[in-house]
Amino acid sequence: MIKHYEISGTDFANGGEASSDFKTVLKKLGVPMDVIRKVSIAMYEAEINTIIHGHGGTCDAEIMPDRVVITFKDSGPGIKDIDLAMQEGYSTATDQIRELGFGAGMGLPNIKKYTDDMQIETSEGKGTTVILTIKL
Amino acid sequence: MKVSDLQKDLGLEVLTSKDYEDREITGCYIGDLLSWVMGRAKAGDAWITIMSNVNIAAVASLADVACVILAEGVKPDAGVAEKADSQGIIIFSSGKTSYELASLISKAL
Repeated sequence: MIKHYEISGTDFANGGEASSDFKTVLKKLGVPMDVIRKVSIAMYEAEINTIIHGHGGTCDAEIMPDRVVITFKDSGPGIKDIDLAMQEGYSTATDQIRELGFGAGMGLPNIKKYTDDMQIETSEGKGTTVILTIKL
Repeated sequence: MKVSDLQKDLGLEVLTSKDYEDREITGCYIGDLLSWVMGRAKAGDAWITIMSNVNIAAVASLADVACVILAEGVKPDAGVAEKADSQGIIIFSSGKTSYELASLISKAL
């Protein structure tokens, strides 16, 4: 089963809609709460990244018998230095974003922490694809 | 302790629906940086914050905290309570500081 979501690049108020909806889907399927929490946290971070840094994009969340695979795709500026972006506390977010409580530099580290696998494909000026896998 | 017991004991103002799911509170977390909270708060925590924008509802829901307590008399932005209600999130408000709240919760748990 695949759920497709369009993620607006400006709509902060609704940031997390995809993650919230997918959480409801997993709940209905009877997925254990600790797994749902991992998926939710990783997915929310990726969703917020897609809004803040990717200026919007798409999300496809697929549920397989043994795992969940979630793909976020944007056409934003790409990630210049992935090693830096992976460091806790490093962020390129603007002051305006920081005032909203984001930009702590914990996005990618949190995704890595709560997933079993994270793949990033990025190209400067072309966009970023992040694929999260969480075992069920 | 139950969320309702905490609300009564600490005299917290209920900003969301009074007809809430009365969960067990198992811990407490204080933080305003949302990603930090997402990564570190535990399910069942009472989350104390001074962050008042709509994203606290999503973070509280996804991190599965038991309730949100806005400290130091902070009131949520417009629409936050409605959003929280739609996700089954409880938001309280208190004039106490984060330290005072955490100290009282520590004694109560």
